[in-house]
Amino acid sequence: MPAEKEEAPASRSGAFAIYLVVWLGRACPRFNANKAQKAKYYETEHAWLRHVIGNVNERSAAWGCVQVTNFATERDVKLSTAMPKTLAQKLWDAHVVRTARGEPDLLFVDLHLVHEVTSPQAFEGLRMAGRRVRRPDLTVATMDHNVPTRGGVRSADELSRKQMEVLDDNCRREGIPLHRIGSRRQGIVHVIGPELGLTQPGMLIVCGDSHTSTHGAFGALAFGIGTSEVEIVLATQCLPQKRQRDLAVNVTGALPMGVTAKDIVLGLIGRTGTSAGQGHLVEYRGPAVRALSMEGRMTVCNMSIEWGAKAGMVAPDDTTFAYVEGRPYAPKGAAWQTALESWRSLSTDDGAAFDAEIELDASRLEPHVTWGTTPGQVVPVTGRVPAPRSETDERALRYMDLQPGTALADIAIDRVFIGSCTNARIEDLRAAANVIQGRRVHPKVRAMVVPGSTSVKRAAEDEGLDAVFKAAGFEWRNAGCSMCLGMNPDILAPGERCASTSNRNFEGRQGSGGRTHLMSPPMAVAAALTGHLVDVRELL
Amino acid sequence: MQPIKQVSGRMAPLDLADVDTDQIIPKQFLKRIERTGYGPFLFYDWRARGSFVLDRPEYAGASVLVAGANFGCGSSREHAPWALRDFGFRAIVAPSFADIFRANCYKTGLLAVTLPDSQVRHLMDLVSEDPTSEVVVDLAAQQVRGDGFEYRFDIDPFAREMLLQGLDDISLIESHDADIAAFESRREPWLPSVR
Repeated sequence: MPAEKEEAPASRSGAFAIYLVVWLGRACPRFNANKAQKAKYYETEHAWLRHVIGNVNERSAAWGCVQVTNFATERDVKLSTAMPKTLAQKLWDAHVVRTARGEPDLLFVDLHLVHEVTSPQAFEGLRMAGRRVRRPDLTVATMDHNVPTRGGVRSADELSRKQMEVLDDNCRREGIPLHRIGSRRQGIVHVIGPELGLTQPGMLIVCGDSHTSTHGAFGALAFGIGTSEVEIVLATQCLPQKRQRDLAVNVTGALPMGVTAKDIVLGLIGRTGTSAGQGHLVEYRGPAVRALSMEGRMTVCNMSIEWGAKAGMVAPDDTTFAYVEGRPYAPKGAAWQTALESWRSLSTDDGAAFDAEIELDASRLEPHVTWGTTPGQVVPVTGRVPAPRSETDERALRYMDLQPGTALADIAIDRVFIGSCTNARIEDLRAAANVIQGRRVHPKVRAMVVPGSTSVKRAAEDEGLDAVFKAAGFEWRNAGCSMCLGMNPDILAPGERCASTSNRNFEGRQGSGGRTHLMSPPMAVAAALTGHLVDVRELL
Repeated sequence: MQPIKQVSGRMAPLDLADVDTDQIIPKQFLKRIERTGYGPFLFYDWRARGSFVLDRPEYAGASVLVAGANFGCGSSREHAPWALRDFGFRAIVAPSFADIFRANCYKTGLLAVTLPDSQVRHLMDLVSEDPTSEVVVDLAAQQVRGDGFEYRFDIDPFAREMLLQGLDDISLIESHDADIAAFESRREPWLPSVR
């Protein structure tokens, strides 16, 4: 089969260069068809890649080196069992209940996580149809989105309280274990799954929440679903899903001091844009990913959805196994050894082909901060608010009340939020507390720490982290999603500007009219102490 | 669900990229436990600021929303397509959609149709110049057509069939119960169970 190679012109910027190499037609008979068909295939199948290329080229002046390589491969070849497989393909294949031509694969769900906001209509649908939950033993519920972070359930508004009561009723009726507000294991759904050992390598995990990709950090296939799909999983423990493409993100080098997992993923989204991951299962690989703790890997996988990916994952290794071992639902004794043996096979085989690969050099990364209203509108903290390149940028600048050319470090902030399923695990709180060093929160700033779970809160208190935060002037709250999405009383007032460790800086996300700058926990603490956005490395 | 063959009617333009589900239905309205009644809260914050395009009288009653790229990004809330449906939309045409949002649209019976940028631009110009212009989003023929144009769109064939026939996912899956039971019997014993 003659291979056909198209090479896009390389654009250069300073010492960095961008190389785009697109190979079309490797082992793909469809590309031996006429030119119009090829163009059509490129148009439909690779629309996303053109988007990546467009973004990468457009941003080349502002950004360093990133390489995007696309391998268009034939699905049938990839599906052959004789072929080496990617991690994602292994996970997918291991969960296929039924496959039929022209239909999506029917996948079995190992763990279904449920919370109060996206489940009531699903339970209602089930009840109306006279159905029951097929596998309550593989279903776990928690209260997180609505819960007040002080004052308990009584300080919740009436509708939130009602929603929590409905979840309680539904779980009682169907025999689903529920971690209620006030109970010792309650917390954000993507924090409690891993900490209870419910999240394990090789599993398929779903939840009616887009940040379910978090669990991919364990070498699991995990993705968010809508309420109708929640109902499907409750009823059948299965989900029909169309096969996705495979994308590798190779993060080379080592993270410099003061630069974190959050900066890897923010840097990546800044380079690729907010939709480059659409239709893809992403595997984060390379030495910089290997060097991350489980908490760091969860942060990276968590934000996969922010660049549109279906799921993000990291192959399990000794770091993963050490995290899982001994947790309440982890395999024990002989079962642990058998599981371990199986989990060690969960990596991409040598020679397995990804549909596309993206290279990112961690050693060139700096702490990142978003300036706009999408996570892709992000720059290093040493930079300036960029000139708008699109109407979306102009809209974002207006909403954020920022002028192009303003140094990030000149932007004063009113609030600080340390929390969310992205960055509220014990390691995040340790890294945050470590920046304080006896300093105090700036008098004009109101700062709060919301642990990701009641267990994280307890662990932090055992270590005395709460005392460090409180002495510095931070509010120390109970666990929940809190001001990440502002469904509880923790919201920004209109016009308030917040340094936040959460995952979305959308308009009004943290409160109508509120302005969000996303960053890592150490960066958020640095902002709290100085009263403005600042490079945390100046404080270390 | 009712079968859907096609949607026809007037359009409304929302010429913005990266419209996220937090804008489509802000979080304060996710506390409801019903599947309906979200229409009044669609784009609540944007409409509260006044002069929002969907509130202009010439777009009242439109059934096809013409939107920008990456429409519906962000949260998995199905409340977003519910709100669009309750407001009166039956189809959305955009250059691209976020994956979860598109899946939620299909489950809600809302046609999320992808057309190339240039064709979406044409529809956007058309409706801005003449708000009374009508289109047909024909799922059976996989076409968006109007006066003087016919644009073919691709859609996942299985999703299309489900919509055309108004099939219920759960009933279909339940018909494969033997396959599910067989799969369950060969699952690894160490996998976590909360019983």
